[in-house]
Amino acid sequence: MNAKRVDKIATGVLYAIAAFVVIILVALLGYILVQGVPEISWHFLTSPALSFEAGGGIGIQLFNSFYLLFLALLISLPISLGAGIYLNEYAPQNTITGLIRTTIEILSSLPSVVVGLFGYLFFVVQFKLGFSILSGAFALTVFNLPILTRSIEEALANISNDQREAGYALGLSRWETVTKIVVPAALPSIITGVVLSAGRIFGEAAALIYTAGQSAPALNFHDWNPFNISSPLSPMRPAETLAVHIWKINSEGIMPDAKAVSAGASAVLIIAVLLFNFLARWLGKRLYKHLTAE
Amino acid sequence: MDKIRASLLKKSIASKIERRGKIISLTCLALIILVVFLIFYFVASRGLATFFQNHINFWQFLSGTQWNPGTNGTNGQPAVGALPMIVGSFLITIFSALVATPFAIGTAVFMTEISPRRGAQILRPVTELLVGIPSVVYGFIGLQVVVPFVRNTFGGSGYGILSGTFVLFVMILPTVTSMSADALNAVPRYYREASLALGATRWQTIYKVVLRAAIPGMLTAIVFGMARAFGEALAVQMVIGNATLLPHSLVSPASTLTSILTMGIGNTVMGSLQNNALWSLAMILLLMSLVFNMVIRYIGRKGKLNNER
Repeated sequence: MNAKRVDKIATGVLYAIAAFVVIILVALLGYILVQGVPEISWHFLTSPALSFEAGGGIGIQLFNSFYLLFLALLISLPISLGAGIYLNEYAPQNTITGLIRTTIEILSSLPSVVVGLFGYLFFVVQFKLGFSILSGAFALTVFNLPILTRSIEEALANISNDQREAGYALGLSRWETVTKIVVPAALPSIITGVVLSAGRIFGEAAALIYTAGQSAPALNFHDWNPFNISSPLSPMRPAETLAVHIWKINSEGIMPDAKAVSAGASAVLIIAVLLFNFLARWLGKRLYKHLTAE
Repeated sequence: MDKIRASLLKKSIASKIERRGKIISLTCLALIILVVFLIFYFVASRGLATFFQNHINFWQFLSGTQWNPGTNGTNGQPAVGALPMIVGSFLITIFSALVATPFAIGTAVFMTEISPRRGAQILRPVTELLVGIPSVVYGFIGLQVVVPFVRNTFGGSGYGILSGTFVLFVMILPTVTSMSADALNAVPRYYREASLALGATRWQTIYKVVLRAAIPGMLTAIVFGMARAFGEALAVQMVIGNATLLPHSLVSPASTLTSILTMGIGNTVMGSLQNNALWSLAMILLLMSLVFNMVIRYIGRKGKLNNER
C-alpha cells in the first residue's frame, strides 16, 4: 500500500471519528433540550416540588440554586482575589511559592464528593451549622477557590509590566498600583473567570448533598427577614438545589413524573450554563471595550 | 527639629497601606492552604480510625470482598472489604479512558490538522460547552438512554460497569478532546513544515511527527480525564447499580468508591464502624487524586525535558 493511499484512508477515518463525536455531542444536547424544553412553563419554574403526585415544579430549588451561587461567590471572590494578587504580585519565585501553587492545584483536582464530605464533617458537624445554605455555600467556596484563584492570577499576569511601572513612576505604592491600576485593567478577564466558575457552581451537586441538604422546606416569599427560618433569605435553612433535586428524584423513585421533572430541570440547568457561558464572553468583551475606549 | 526628624523616621501612610495590603492578600492565600490541610487532616483522622480504633487490618480492608459494615463476615471479622468498590472504580476509570482516548485524539487531530477552520468554528465551542454540563445531567441521560440500551442489547438489568463506562466516556470526552487539541496546537508549525518539505504525506506528518511531539500533552489530557472519571460520584452512582459485590460481568450491578460514599454517609452514625469504614473509602479517593496529580506533574516534567533536549 503506498503512502498516498494510507493518507487517504487515515483522513477518512479521522473524518469519521470527528463526525461520530459531533453526532454524540449534538445528540446529547438535542436530547436534553427536546425532552426538557416542552416541560418548562411558568408554572414549572415557580411552583414548589411535589413528592408523591405529579405536576410539581422546581420553584424553590431554582431559587436555592441562585441564592447559593450568590453566597458562594460572595465568600470566594474576595478570598481568591487576595490570593491571586499575592501569588502574582508579591510572591517571590522560590520553592515555597512552588509548593503553594502545587497545593492549590491539588485542591482543584480533588473530587467534588470529597469536598462535600469535608464540608459535612467540618461545617455541618464540627461547626454545628447543620444542613444549611451556609454550609453549602462554604463547601462550594472550597470547591470554587482554587479555580477562581487560578483564573484571577492568570488575568493579572496578562497585564503588561508597563502598567505597573507607570504606577510606580507616579509614586504609588505596590498595593495602590495593584488595586488602582492592575486589577481594573484585568477586570474584563476576571469577570469572565467569575461567570464561568458560576456556571460550574450552578450545576454542582456532589458537594451539596451532605452540606446544603436534600430537602427543600416550603418558603414564605413574603417574608424577607433573613432571621426567620421560612424566609427565602434565611441562611440556616436546608436548601436542595436544582442539580441535587435531579439526582434525588431519580434515585428515590417515589415521584410519579420524576422523568418529566428531571428532563425539565436538566434543560433549565443546561440553558443556565449556556447563558453563563455567553454572558461571560459578552460581558468580558463589553467591559474591555468600555475600559479601553476602543 | 524633632518634628521633622519624627516625620522622617515615621512610616508614611502609603507604606502602611502597602503593608496592610500585603498582609490581607497573604492571609487570603494562607486561608486556601489551610483549607487544603484541613481537608486532609479531617478525612485522614476519620479514615484512619477504622484501622486504629476499630483495629481492622489494613490489608484485609483493601483485599476483602465482603462489604456490610456492622455485621460480621464469614471469617468472624467485621465485613469491611473494600475490594469490590476499588475494583469497580478502577475498572470504569480504565475502560472509559480506553474508549475515550481514540475518539478524543482523533477529534483533536481533526480539529487541529485536517480542518482547523471547522474545528475552530464548530468543534471547539461545542466541546468547551459540554465540559460545563453538570454531571447529574449526564447521570440522568445515562438512566434514560444508556441503561435501557445496555439492558436491551447486552442483557442483565442494564445497571453496571458497562453503563458507567458509557456515561463516563461521554463525560470525559470533551475534556480530553480539548486538552489534546491544546497539546497538538502547541507543536511548533515548523515541525509540520519540515516534515511536509521532506515529502511526507499529511498522515505521515501527523503520525510520525505531530503526534509524537505532543505525547506528553496528550498523556496529561488522558490522565486528567481518568482523574475526573475516578472522582465522579453522582453520574456513576445513578447508573452502576450500587451492589457491593465483585463485578463478575460488565452488565451486573457493581459499585464504586464514590457511589457507596454518596449512598452511605448520611445513613450511618458518626463514629461508628460503619461510618469510619466509609471515611476510609473517602481517604482512598483522596490518595488516588493525589496519585493522579503526581502522575500529571511527572509527565509534565518529563515532557519539558524532552523538548528542551
